[in-house]
Amino acid sequence: MKRSITYRDALVEAQFQEMEKDASVFVYGLDVQDHKKIFGSTATLLEKFGKERVFGVPLSEDALMGVGVGAAINGMRPINIHIRVDFLLLAMNQIANMVSNYRYITDGKLKVPLCIRAVIGRGWGQGAQHSKTLHSFFAHIPGLKVVMPTTPADAKGLLVASIREDNPVVFLEHRWLYDVPGEVESDPDKAFIPLGVGKKIKEGKDATVVATSWMNVEALKAAEILSKKHGVEIEIIDPRTIEPLDEKIIMESVAKTGHAIVADYDWINCGFSAEVSARIQENLLTSLKSPVTRLGFAKTPCPTTRPLENKFYPNAIDIIKAIEKKLRLKETDISGEEFYSYEKKFKGPF
Amino acid sequence: MNDINIQLYKTMYLIREAEDAIRKNYHTDEMKTPVHLCIGAEAIAAGVISALQPEDQVLSTYRSHGVDLAKTHETDKFFAELYGRVGGMARGKAGSMHLSAPEQGFMGASAVVGTPIPVAVGCALANQMQKNKKMTAVFFGDGAIDEGVFWESLNFACLKKLPVIFVCEDNDLAIHTKKADRHGYDSIADIVAKFNCNTYSYDSTDAETIYRLTQDAIKKYETDEKPIFIYLKYYRYYEHVGMNFDFNAGYRPKEEYEEWLKKDPVKIQKEKLIKLGVSDTDFHTMENPINAQIEESVRKALASPLPPDSTLFKEVLL
Repeated sequence: MKRSITYRDALVEAQFQEMEKDASVFVYGLDVQDHKKIFGSTATLLEKFGKERVFGVPLSEDALMGVGVGAAINGMRPINIHIRVDFLLLAMNQIANMVSNYRYITDGKLKVPLCIRAVIGRGWGQGAQHSKTLHSFFAHIPGLKVVMPTTPADAKGLLVASIREDNPVVFLEHRWLYDVPGEVESDPDKAFIPLGVGKKIKEGKDATVVATSWMNVEALKAAEILSKKHGVEIEIIDPRTIEPLDEKIIMESVAKTGHAIVADYDWINCGFSAEVSARIQENLLTSLKSPVTRLGFAKTPCPTTRPLENKFYPNAIDIIKAIEKKLRLKETDISGEEFYSYEKKFKGPF
Repeated sequence: MNDINIQLYKTMYLIREAEDAIRKNYHTDEMKTPVHLCIGAEAIAAGVISALQPEDQVLSTYRSHGVDLAKTHETDKFFAELYGRVGGMARGKAGSMHLSAPEQGFMGASAVVGTPIPVAVGCALANQMQKNKKMTAVFFGDGAIDEGVFWESLNFACLKKLPVIFVCEDNDLAIHTKKADRHGYDSIADIVAKFNCNTYSYDSTDAETIYRLTQDAIKKYETDEKPIFIYLKYYRYYEHVGMNFDFNAGYRPKEEYEEWLKKDPVKIQKEKLIKLGVSDTDFHTMENPINAQIEESVRKALASPLPPDSTLFKEVLL
């Protein structure tokens, strides 16, 4: 049965149902048990499953990631939660030296079914250390899967899959998506979405936008304005998983449109947008009508103050302008358009 | 005849002879893996692991040959792994620094020194959740103490009263740097003792002493559920990595080695057995099959093929 719930509740539901089904699943991380419940995404779990399976931990990201590895190789399915992805940097030794390697160095005798959830992106004014995404960091390392759901249905379906997955998964959730509602299947088996399958979230013929996480929201807004103002129909592809990447869905779309923009929610330099761009050019160089365009964070640390933060993160306007340039369209007047603004919707402070 | 002393001697003899076999063969350059010999440390792996149950688990840093051999007594896969052959425990993907035998409770080894410590704590957490009574022991050097993850792991284990044994094998050296040049404090054991764990600090190379203290520690865990920290000293006879003595390098005098050699763990165990009435013939009966086992394992390893290229991509992800 489908009903409308928020992204946040979709996350809760996936964990709740998998914990109910499988006693080896447990949830841990700093403040997963407190009154705020990681922006509400661990709500009801402590009450239902108790403190043995839902527990807060000391501020020891490095060790606690190792604890997840040990528990995972010993038959458990841990979900390790971080309220900002920036904190995962403290655990990178375990992630890059143990989580990703264990299966390989034991020649498959041990597996690491560890799901690492981390919140990315903007609250308001999160500044330089609460604002990163880093999916390219993780996807760079063989032995990890990397997931970035955009919709509530994807949040649930991909989290169910990530918890059931026998490989380690880094699962990145954008803070602004938490309040977004959407139709979600209540039955977890029906909600399940396999990792490595992208989604065409809008059909179009004129140009392809490959967008990650929040950039899909911006791309949809851009599509609406481009259609209205220019009669241009962009096709939007959400890869949903960064690793493994659904290359086919991207290539099919770009082969059709001949134009590609990668609108990534991360820095451009050496990032996922470079990876996608390279693959498009490797596969489709002769069908491309224009070079692949990359959009992403400004090449700066993330500033706190609003006008600069607004310039730091890419948005729908950047996509509109990139399409106009690519298709040699006259710049349209967007002054009357309403864009997403956290001034209106996001209550902060975190 | 004291059975445990025989068992300890056999285990240490196996480790010593296996390491010596590596020393004899390494010059051929067929074992293309950096080797960190554990000669001099045999009593620690033998003593602690003999006190464990077969289903208990162990992890280690890269100086892990003794831990592997004490836990498994298996040498075919061990040597084949060092030679990078398909007969190895990981078909040559692991080498000397990442040995494992999970089917026998050896859950892995890491070449980044503090790194296996929290993994052992995680194994212990799973064991506690599964209420299976298994203990997990993790072996690491005094260098690993310098990494924050040791203290993070100790703290969490004490907080959760986990069934874990931290075994610090102190050889006073992090590669070539002595504790005196690394530590802003005097005693590792004194600081660890402030945590809610039971700390055992012994200056002994006697395997039986280590065996008995580990037994006592595990018994105490059964009553008070406090994690165990065992602090032991040994002397690294050879260079940090490789087959040679390095007393000419200047960072440690040969006299240190000569002093420690008087209490060499294999030698003192042999002397103990002689006092207990073990004859030359008895020693031959114990040692000959071990020598034959090692010789046969080296022969089999060399006969085992190198892995085909397709192995490269196996077991990255499921």
